Formats: sequence, structure tokens, C-alpha cells
Amino acid sequence: MSLDYTSAEMMSVTAARALENGMTCFVGIGLPSEAANLARLTHAPEVVLIYESGTLQTKPEVLPLSIGDGELCESALTTVSVPEMFRYWLQGGKVSVGFLGTAQIDRFANLNTTLIGDYHDPKVRLPGGGGAPEIATNAGEVFITLKHSKRAFVKDVDFITTLGFGRDGKGRDGVPNIGKGPTRVITDLCVMKPDPETKELVVVSLHPNVTREDVIEATGWEIRFADTLETTPEPSANELEILRELKARTERKHAGE
Amino acid sequence: MAEFLSLHDAVARFVEDGATVAMEGFTHLIPFAAGHEVIRQRKRDLTLIRMTPDLVYDQMIGAGCAKKVIFSWGGNPGVGSLHRLRDAVEKGWPHKVEILEHSHAAMACAFEAGATGLPLAVLRGYVGSELPSVNDQIKFIECPFTGERLAAVPSVRPDVSIVHAQKADRAGNVLVEGIIGVQKEAVLAARKSIVTVEEIVDDLRTEPDYHPNACIIPGWAVSAVAVAEKGSLPSYAHGYYPRNNAFYKEWDAIARDRDTFTRWIEENVMNAGGNA
Repeated sequence: MSLDYTSAEMMSVTAARALENGMTCFVGIGLPSEAANLARLTHAPEVVLIYESGTLQTKPEVLPLSIGDGELCESALTTVSVPEMFRYWLQGGKVSVGFLGTAQIDRFANLNTTLIGDYHDPKVRLPGGGGAPEIATNAGEVFITLKHSKRAFVKDVDFITTLGFGRDGKGRDGVPNIGKGPTRVITDLCVMKPDPETKELVVVSLHPNVTREDVIEATGWEIRFADTLETTPEPSANELEILRELKARTERKHAGE
Repeated sequence: MAEFLSLHDAVARFVEDGATVAMEGFTHLIPFAAGHEVIRQRKRDLTLIRMTPDLVYDQMIGAGCAKKVIFSWGGNPGVGSLHRLRDAVEKGWPHKVEILEHSHAAMACAFEAGATGLPLAVLRGYVGSELPSVNDQIKFIECPFTGERLAAVPSVRPDVSIVHAQKADRAGNVLVEGIIGVQKEAVLAARKSIVTVEEIVDDLRTEPDYHPNACIIPGWAVSAVAVAEKGSLPSYAHGYYPRNNAFYKEWDAIARDRDTFTRWIEENVMNAGGNA
């Protein structure tokens, strides 16, 4: 028996399942925010969500369009200044998971949100680093979620805005007082984890009805697969219902404004 | 004590051509009315500092006010690019604008360092990032106690900071509520400061929702207070009005085209009187 769901829903549900009660999660806007709130509304009601606008332990009813929507503040336990957010809470080691999206990611999970092309003559200029460079190094570990495509998954990012494991996979070696870095990447096709030795991303789980060829086709380097490749569990009816309600609620709210 | 001025007079007096200006408000209480006044007064060669340039700097850049922009996230939140910022950086329209980009953590620390009167901010930042290779204002220092390598950035010390807030009272004391961003730090870091407010009340301490731990900037730490009702639209003011998300989406089409943008500025800023 199989439910009807889209690959985007599969991605959000799988990303949500990565979060657990007891985690304190610094949430990026967009897909990470959708996944984090789905987790909070389903299996992880006690997960603590923090957004860089200073909102601590927030429980938004609808997904924010911007990182500083009023909804985040109104549903938060408390709201602190942005310097306090980054200094006390993030750099101070109170965040267990950073949940990030990105425009470009490479085989060592380095993230690029700065530009495509050359820095001084960009082909496409992207928004820039925002909170990500320090979230990625000061959070205990990092989850990354984005849609799988050859444009996004490149062998080497054009610019390392945010450290995964560096150009050679050794970027975190010997650096004191930083987190583990990316521990999983969740896409609409699969779940990847860094190889424990080389830190190169390896596919550990394929979503239902996705083939190895699909992933190879959508990845800009010779992607490796784990010896024991799993099939990602399907979304449950409950997860899909809650996700769809959340998105419909969000759409109604933003359309009405 | 803060002087009560019209927005026109406050900008005319404190924002000089060539000045370094920080207009803060982290996706909330963005001082749009003040930005529009800067555009109307045709201020030029400004170094504009803001963590998230947002639409306010996109408008000022497109209108020709900026020489340099210092920022950490230059997008239209939830929508896409800031087309005027990109056009200035990539194609030099209306003239070339220099950029200096940081991370949020570094800029937040730099504002705070400015408020504390120190020359630099120190943070555990930029580890493994390539931003230091394109921004010569990011350096690394060694902790004299532990030997740890830490990032250092110069503190933000604007000639003038401009923020928007909910209320001021007759003594010029300013109340900021909701997402407070780096507003207090921006005001305290600057040589001069302008605060625009939704309304003036008699005394903040006798307001029904007064709280001893509220974020209040004392009137004697502010240069000028100007009333600007709805002064942060299309951003929002907690407790007063919501964010105009629809306009943030519309801006994408307006800003994409130079002529459409120029017309929009003419109609909505230049010819809109003192309150746009």
C-alpha cells in the first residue's frame, strides 16, 4: 500500500525526521524551516527552534516568509538582540543542530550562497552568507536540505561561503572548539552522509522509487553509494496531512496580507 | 537630550554627502520613511551599512545615494534578489557601487563592538569560509591566553545611525519592541543618531505595558527623534501593523527594470511629499 505524495513532500518529511525531542535547532529560512516546524508538529513537539532574528523557542503557526516575520516573535518564549543570538546562544555552544539550505553544495558539503562564477565578475550574484558561516561551525552538527540537481550539486563550489569539510575534506581537522559539521544532506532523491574518513558525501538511503541512475544524473561528480544502501521510509498519512495543512495555512496567511 | 525634528530636518542636518550611515532593523522596523527622505534630499556617496540591505537599500542604491555597501545578506527575503544592488555591482548602474560582505555573526559583533567603544570585534567566525579572501576587513588574531585563532573585524562606527521604533516619550526616550535586531547597538555605536517613531507618548514609564527590562534607548543617547507614522512600511512594526508581504513580492518586478524602478521612485518617493 502506497500513499500519494510528491518528491518535495518526501524531502520535507525525511528532513523533519532528522530532528528529535531534546535538540536545539538553529533554523534557516525556506526548506529547513518547513522541515523543522513539521518535526515540531509531529514526532518532536519538544524540539527547540531558534531563528537568527533572535527568536528563542519559537512555535510559529504558519511558516515565515522572512527570517524576522512577526509570527516568529509572537510565538517565541523570548526574543533577544541579534548580537546576543549569535554570541551567547550560537557561539556559546547552546545550539545542537544547525539546519541549512543552500544554492550550491559540493562533494565535501561546502556551501555556496555568495555567487556563481568569479567573485569580481559574477555570472549570478547570490544573497551572501547571512548566518550560515558561523551556524555551520558553532552548532554541534549541521543538517542540510535542498532539491537535487546538477546545478546545485557540483564537484567544487565556486565559492566556499560556509564550511563543510573544506576543499580537501580536511577543513575541520585540528580546529578547536567547533562542531562536527554536516552530518546529513537530505534531498528530494536521497539522504547522503559524509564518509567517516574522507568526508566525501555518500548516498546512504534512496527515497522510494528513486534509482541510483536518478541520483547519478542529478549530481555533478561521481557520486558514491554506501555498501548497504537503504530505502528511505515513506511519509505517513499523518505527516503528509500535517505538512499539507501547514503549507495551506501559510499560503492563506501570506496571500491575505 | 534628543531634539524633536521633522524627518526632513533631521536628515538634512545629520546625513551629509559622503557619510557612513547605518540604517538598521533586522527584517523588522526597517526605517523606510527615513530612507525615502535621504533619496528625496539626493544625498550622495554614502557608505551604507546594514546586515540585510533589504528593499530600503535597494531603493537608495538605485536612486544613486550609495558609494559603498557593507552587508551580510543581500536578498529580498522569501522572494529572491535585490535587483538594484545587483545592477549596481554587476553593471555599474546608476554608478559602480563597492561592496564589502560579512557574515551576520561578524556584523552583529561589529555593531556591538562599536557600541562598546572598542576598535574591533573578536569572534569564533569565518572558519573555513572564503569570505576573508575577498574582504580585507576580516583578519585573524591569536588569543593571548589560549592561543586559539579567532576572527577579528573592525567595529562599526557610523557617522550617523537611523532606526525606526514604536514610541518615544517627551524626554526623547525610545522604546523598541519585538525583534530588536541591532538597533540599540547601531544608535550607541554612531556619532549621531536619528530615531523615527510611530508616535510620541507622554512618559514611557507610565505606559500600561511598561516593563523595567524593556528595550529602551534613553533620550540623552539619541541625537534626534522624528515622527514617521507607518515609517517602516512595507516592513512591519510589532504591535502597529504587519509586514506587507505582497509588496515585497511586487518589488521584484518593479526593481528588475531600470525604467520601472525610476518611475516608481518618482511617483512614490520624489513626488510623495514628506511621508512616503
